[in-house]
Order: sequence, then structure tokens, then C-alpha cells
Amino acid sequence: MKTLVIYVMAEPETPELARAAVEGGADIIEIGFPFSDPLADGPVVRRAGERALARGMRTRQCLDVLARTRELLPDTALVPMTYASILEAYGWERFATDVEAAGGTSMIVVDVPAGDRPDLRRVQLVAPTSTDERIALAGAQTDGWLYLVTVAGTTGARGEVSPALPGLVERARRLVDVPLYAGFGISTPEHAQAAASLADGIVVGSRALQEAEGGPDALREYVASLRAAI
Amino acid sequence: MTTTFGAYGGRYVPETLIPALDELTAGWEAAKEDDAFHAELNHLLTSYAGRPTPLTLIERFAPGKSIYLKREDLLHTGAHKLNNALGQAVLARRLGKHRIVAETGAGQHGVATATVCARFGLECVVYMGEEDMRRQQPNVERMGLLGAEVRPVDFGTKTLKEATSEAIRDWITNVDTTHYLIGSCVGPAPYPEIVRDLQRVIGNEAREQILAAEGRLPEAVVACVGGGSNAIGLFYGFLEDADVKIVGVEAAGAASLGTGRTGVLHGALSSVLADEDGQITDAHSISAGLDYPGVGPEHAYLRDIGRVEYVGATDAEALASFRDLARTEGIIPALEPSHALARAREIKGELILVGLSGRGDKDLAEVLRQ
Repeated sequence: MKTLVIYVMAEPETPELARAAVEGGADIIEIGFPFSDPLADGPVVRRAGERALARGMRTRQCLDVLARTRELLPDTALVPMTYASILEAYGWERFATDVEAAGGTSMIVVDVPAGDRPDLRRVQLVAPTSTDERIALAGAQTDGWLYLVTVAGTTGARGEVSPALPGLVERARRLVDVPLYAGFGISTPEHAQAAASLADGIVVGSRALQEAEGGPDALREYVASLRAAI
Repeated sequence: MTTTFGAYGGRYVPETLIPALDELTAGWEAAKEDDAFHAELNHLLTSYAGRPTPLTLIERFAPGKSIYLKREDLLHTGAHKLNNALGQAVLARRLGKHRIVAETGAGQHGVATATVCARFGLECVVYMGEEDMRRQQPNVERMGLLGAEVRPVDFGTKTLKEATSEAIRDWITNVDTTHYLIGSCVGPAPYPEIVRDLQRVIGNEAREQILAAEGRLPEAVVACVGGGSNAIGLFYGFLEDADVKIVGVEAAGAASLGTGRTGVLHGALSSVLADEDGQITDAHSISAGLDYPGVGPEHAYLRDIGRVEYVGATDAEALASFRDLARTEGIIPALEPSHALARAREIKGELILVGLSGRGDKDLAEVLRQ
């Protein structure tokens, strides 16, 4: 059974959206804590972050959303995904402690690469550009699973699954011993199927945010279409 | 290895860029040790860019003081930015990159980058905020004439901050073929160090020139600070001279060092304009080149250890100095160094060195509009 990871942006409606995604078949929910200058993100996630910030979603509010999501979903892995500036301002250790207290399972800090801040327990990312040495390092330091960034690029839907994915999966299989979930650029059931045939799971972000605009029912239906495909 | 300046600096970027930064670090280390690199760059700096730039004594602008201007405004393309662009272009060619991306605020770095790309036949894409394209229109036209593609950035503040983010996103997407030619001593390591070393020529020349002219060192050295590349280049000539007071002048509405807090922006930990949650806040300056909520990490370090004092100048003060320098000395400065001039004219001391980082042609429309 392949793992399905769905990304939602932290906003007041997020707990209900996350529950709908799980009802549709999601195994893990990533919750974006918005940052004003998200270097790794394409236009869809960036705009969602701008809106969340305009609605007052700062670190404290995001942690509250995480805690309310945990109440609705007692058994689902919940993973905040954010940027270093948020942790620097809040305090690195305090952030880790408060995420855990709010029900976070782990976290992803997009702009703190493997090797830096080794004390901060988090899911590490590797990319097609990563050397074997860095894939091994990320695999050794990661928390539970390894995030394979399928493309050299930012988040957002692509026309097809990255041709770089098979090579990245092959190297990661050889170098690390944790589940491999592929993300960035996966948006349709066809992409999901192609990526899941290689990796142990897939991550869908930008397209899930767009579907979530239609409310919980639309998101549930979309996630179910991905679930059926993998 | 991750370079830091005290606690500042580092490489706060997505994993995709780490191998490219490692490659850049290795390429820079090799170039620094290679006489052929220095020979090629020095030849370009003298025969193409017009180095050394003169030191000009001005006496009417601030009566009672001897102010020397380090005339980077007389460099080819009209600002100090070319020192860095030439050096990084030579480096990019050594690394086998044939496509260049850059960000620009005032347009001076964009013009410098478009210039070196034309000179070397490199593909050139420059990201520029729409607000900056409006207020620095002549530079947009210059870049087009030089064969660069200027891509407007139409979200957020529509200024240098977003242009830099978009340039980095382009680099993430095209990292195999592309060198990111960053314009200031900001960004992930090793960029702050590379840009500083390429701009040190300003301070090295100025120190020799003022010793030749006056037989002594200045009492104070003053430069404007946006990202801080002309300042770090000038300051490095005098950091070891304990008796020389060093002053960096920020735009009052974009005082990342004066009113900022520690945060992460564009790949480095530095002093930034941010709220208590680490969200970057808007900067405001009449000068597009200073209108940036971050600053090079080494400046934050020099502030903390007390070696450099950082102060602010308002839009009105900069405008007054802009007009006064034109009327009293026949030199039209850019709005950016007009901030340094505003503080230099009132600073304690008689012999003062000011970095005149660029010329003001690009600012005429904006100044006349005020």
C-alpha cells in the first residue's frame, strides 16, 4: 500500500479540510506554516501563503490550527512544513517542543538542508541534484521517511512526472533505508500512479490547495481519485 | 563548508541548490589561487571597466571639510556593480555556465550584468520588480539594448526583495546551466564572500590614493548600505586601521541594521526587517537600490563587534545632498550614495572619504517628480 501525503495551508478551515483529505485516503497531512518569502515554492503555494498571512496566520495561530487538526484526526501523521525564518524568530527548540505539544508528528524546514541544525528532528529532502554523499547524509538524519524532490524547481503542477525521478529513486534505494515519498510537480491521478510505481508514496501540494478552494467535499473527491490511482 | 560571520551567514536554501553552492565554493577557491584568473580580471577591470577610478577632493559641498569621493560613478556602466559582475562572469565561464540570471533593484546591477553577458556572449535574464521598472525606466531600456531579457515581478512589494526571490527560483529550476550572478554581498555562502572580495578593489585603491594625496588616512570612511556591497568593498581597505571611523548609512525606511532583527532572508541569517514572527516586512526608500529589507551578513557582524557604526538618512536628506552635490561640485550622484553624503557632511572630522557608488542619471525622473 503506497502512502499518500497531502499538503494544506494553515488557515482557520484547515482542520476540516485535513479531515476530508484523510477521508479521501490521505495517510499524512503536511500543514504549511506560511512565510513571506518562500523560495522553494511556485505561484500556487506562494499565493496561498500570502492569503494566510493576510488573514493573520502567524506562528501561534498556525500551532493552534495544528492542535485543532490533531483533535479531529487523532491517528494521522501531521507534519508542519515551513521556513527557517519562522523558527529563528520563535526559537528553534521552542518551536520543536510546541509543534510536538500541538500534535505534530515531525516537521519539514525547506531551507535548512541536511547536515545543518542536526539537533532539529525533521523530514529531510533530497533532489535530483543531490550527490550520493548528500542522499546518504539526508537518509541518516531524516525522521521516518525521505522526501524526494522530483525536479530541479519549485513546487507546482507540471505536465508530466519528472524524468529525473527514476534515477533519484534508484540512488536513494541504494543509499538509504527509509521509505521514499516523491513530491513536487505531481498533480493528476496519472502522475500519482507513475510516481507511486517507483517510490513508496507521493506528496501532492499545489493541486491539493487548488482543490481545497472548493471546500472539503471537493478536496475529498480529488484525494480519493489519487488514492484510487496508487 | 558553510561560511559564517559570527552567527550570521550560512546557506538557508533548498537542497536543490546545495550542490551548486558547493561547486561555486570550489570554483571560487580555485580561481582565487589561480594567477590566470586574476590576470584576466585585472585586464578587464583596467581596459574595459576603467579602473582605477579617481579620488576627487570636493571643497564646496561641505565647507570646512576635505571630503574625498571615491568615484565609482565613473566606472563603465556608472556604478561599482561592474566590479562584481565582471568577476562573477569570468568565474561562471570557468564553471562552464552559459546562462546568467540576476536580480536588480535600481537597475545598476542589471545593467552591469547585461553588459558582461553581452561582452562574453552569455544568455542573460534579469528579474526586476514592476515598481522599480517604473522608477528606473532608463536602466530597463539599457538592459534591453544590451540584449538582456528583463522579467517583471508583479507580486508582493514589486521591488528588489521579490526580484531576488524570483531570480533564486529561476536558479533552482535551471541550476545545471545557469549561474546566479547575485548583485550584493547577500545570499547563501559563498556569495557574500565572493562579492566582498570582488568589491575590495574599491577600498584597496582608495586607501593608496588618499595616502598619496594627503599623506595620512582619513578620519572617517562613509558609504551607503543597501545590501552593502560598495560599502563592504570600501570598508575592507580600512578595517585594520583602528583610528579610522567607519560609518555605513542606510535609508531610514529600510534600516535592516538600525531597526532590524535577526532573521533569514534569501539564504542567509542576517539582520532583517521582520515582525516578531519572522515574517519579512516592507522597506521604504526613494532609492530603489536601498529599498531592501535585508543586508549582507558581514555587516551585521561588523555592527555587533562595534567596528562599523550604522546610521540612517531620510529620503529628504538624501534628496538635499543629491541637489547640493550637483550644484556645488558638478557631480550628479545616484540617490543611493546621496544618503552617505548626507551623513558625511555633518560627521565629526575634517578629512572624510565617501564612497560615491554610482551616478545619478537613472534617478533624474524620480528626483524631478519629487
